[in-house]
Amino acid sequence: MNVLVYLVPLALALGLLGLAAFLWALKTGQFDDLDGAGWRAISDDDLPEDRG
Amino acid sequence: MTEAQDLSLFIRHPAEGVAAMDLVVNGVYCGACIVAIEKGLGRQAGVRGARVNLANKRVTVEWDEGALEPPVILERLEALGYAAFPFTADAADSAERLEEKRLLRCLGVAAFGAMNVMLLSVSLWAGAENDPNAATRDLFHWLSALVALPCAAYAGMPFFDSAARSIRAGALNMDVPISLGVILALAMSMLQTVTHQHGSYFEGAVMLLMFLLAGRLLDQRMRRRTRDFAINLGAMRADRALKLGDDGEARETPIAAIRPGDLVLARPGERIAVDGAVEDGRSEVDQSLVTGETAPLTVAPGARVYAGTLNLTGALRIRVETAGSGTFLDEVNGLLAGAVEQRSSYVRLADRAARLYVPVVHVAALATFAAWLLLGAGWQPALTIAITVLIITCPCALGLAVPAVQVVAAGALFRRGLILHSGEALERLADVDCVVFDKTGTLTEPRPVLANAADIAPADLALAGRLALASRHPLARAIAEAAGARAPVAAEEFPGEGVQALDPAAPARLGSVAWIAAEREAAPVAARWPDASLIALGLPGRAVVFAVRQALRSDAAEVVAALRRGGREIEILSGDREPAVALAARELGVARYRAGLKPADKIARLRALKDAGRRTLMVGDGLNDAPALAAAHVSISPISAAHVAQAQADALFLGERLAPVADALRIAARARRLMVQNLWISAIYNVIAVPLAVLGFVTPLIAALAMSGSSVVVTLNALRARDAGRRTP
Repeated sequence: MNVLVYLVPLALALGLLGLAAFLWALKTGQFDDLDGAGWRAISDDDLPEDRG
Repeated sequence: MTEAQDLSLFIRHPAEGVAAMDLVVNGVYCGACIVAIEKGLGRQAGVRGARVNLANKRVTVEWDEGALEPPVILERLEALGYAAFPFTADAADSAERLEEKRLLRCLGVAAFGAMNVMLLSVSLWAGAENDPNAATRDLFHWLSALVALPCAAYAGMPFFDSAARSIRAGALNMDVPISLGVILALAMSMLQTVTHQHGSYFEGAVMLLMFLLAGRLLDQRMRRRTRDFAINLGAMRADRALKLGDDGEARETPIAAIRPGDLVLARPGERIAVDGAVEDGRSEVDQSLVTGETAPLTVAPGARVYAGTLNLTGALRIRVETAGSGTFLDEVNGLLAGAVEQRSSYVRLADRAARLYVPVVHVAALATFAAWLLLGAGWQPALTIAITVLIITCPCALGLAVPAVQVVAAGALFRRGLILHSGEALERLADVDCVVFDKTGTLTEPRPVLANAADIAPADLALAGRLALASRHPLARAIAEAAGARAPVAAEEFPGEGVQALDPAAPARLGSVAWIAAEREAAPVAARWPDASLIALGLPGRAVVFAVRQALRSDAAEVVAALRRGGREIEILSGDREPAVALAARELGVARYRAGLKPADKIARLRALKDAGRRTLMVGDGLNDAPALAAAHVSISPISAAHVAQAQADALFLGERLAPVADALRIAARARRLMVQNLWISAIYNVIAVPLAVLGFVTPLIAALAMSGSSVVVTLNALRARDAGRRTP
């Protein structure tokens, strides 16, 4: 059962990491425009030849 | 538009030297629009950046203060092919937004807690619970407490707040048993942990919060979306007027920046944007949006005009007034205040369920405690079992039952062109048994069309159409459209009378019947179309008379028939003249109609219907309908309706067709059925789970399974509100 000593904290740390990522995403407005985000991902306006 | 625009009202200053403006943009649907707008605006010198929000069709633009004139941004968007309308978000709007974020944050925390506590609990259920070595069990309990307590304290805040408020107000809402259940579950689990006992409810408490927060978030998101849409609509309805400055120059100014006493210019063919008195100018005004009367009214200096009316023939200079006593607007406002006060206080389905549920739960828990005590179980086991009863009856599924259906049904309605102002309107729509229509602008199309095209020689129609293109008169526009005219004839416009072709070789005039002197030809047309406005085409030696009227919406008869098949009574209440209303009623096959009604008469009729036990849906668009819309059990307005009417309506429908009204009733009835079903599912769950809890058989594992199972079933059932039936294109 000694394995618990580091497995349990590891599980909790990973969970907290996920929570922190979620709160960060929320705070920076990642959920403000759920429809637009999908389109932005496939738009290629960051390619150099598209500049103009 | 060449007039200068005053946009200062809409400009924010997020940082020193930076100006920003929020715009509602029409016609953004996909990624290409995002790129076009953001890059197109980005190329404008001085613009720091633009950000499109596709979900609510808005753009935020930031630029260096003073680097450009704000109207340039609107012109730039116009050039890109998007009509943009500035708006300011009000305080209530940002409060809703913050509340939604807060709920989402709480949901995230609760989900984290539920996941991690469940991780520990599953190991306990898998065997660690009964391990002879109690050290592991205790360690897991302590770890669970470590995660669950802070998570529940944070994620439970929305419920604890609301419960505290409701206790202070003396009316118990659903949040009271929720809060009590969560707090008691945590307290009991803590006690079990400290005293080295079996069984803890940490995972149950946190999971409960997670499900309830999901329901609450759906509810909030729906409220916010309808609100967003209402704000967008408000911005798009060109709330601007041409304000005449002291220098005599006309500036396009947002209505919010116009004060009583200002002078405003109304050009022919435009809607008048303010209430006021005519200072100078003569014109005819189409008041159909205000009174329902389709015949135009002649106005002269001193006459009173209202926002929403259409200026037909001449330019008017209007002195802005607020509603003075004794005016039509004053009468409407007075009636409106009364109607809103008298609006039957509808109790939402969920609240009714809560009223029934809350005392039952508390009494059941108390009775369980007393019974076990009397049976000699000792106070501690008795209390434990009583608390399990509270936990198991926590209205998890109940909290999801109604909001989930509302969200799905509102989405289905939205796809059919109907926007709900509140989720509760759905419930009220479901019990409508009588539908009252206004005529002008509701049963009829908001824009006039040529009625007697079939009686007119194609050559005459084509000529009239080309002449009509030279005029700004809205009736002339209807003729031009009917003729499909493209090339205008060179013509001179005589304000208030008509247009005359300039070419002396082909003399032709298009204008009022009196100007052309076509009374003889007009008589039979007027008899055939009593509700039409007549326009004559004067040719050498003869005249042709055109009847232009607001035709019935293309599917009005179909919708009325469908509503009647659904067992609902139909009635028309109109402010228009008797012959016009009678004609429309005959075409639709509606037997009960009343014409020439004032706003007070409409309310009186609705009251009479209400006293007779009817639940009335009022569909109307005019300023004169606003009090009736407020007084009805539930109300719908077309998108073209007057502002006041829109504000009072529970829902708005888009487009030229009336079908969304029938769809609304059908989908609402279905949604209502599903809500009741969901409440029954929750009730049946309780009927099974509560006796088990009362008898003391419920373990934490059973509690967790039962709670999540019932929530999932209720959510799946709600998805059926999508209405897989007939789809209207």
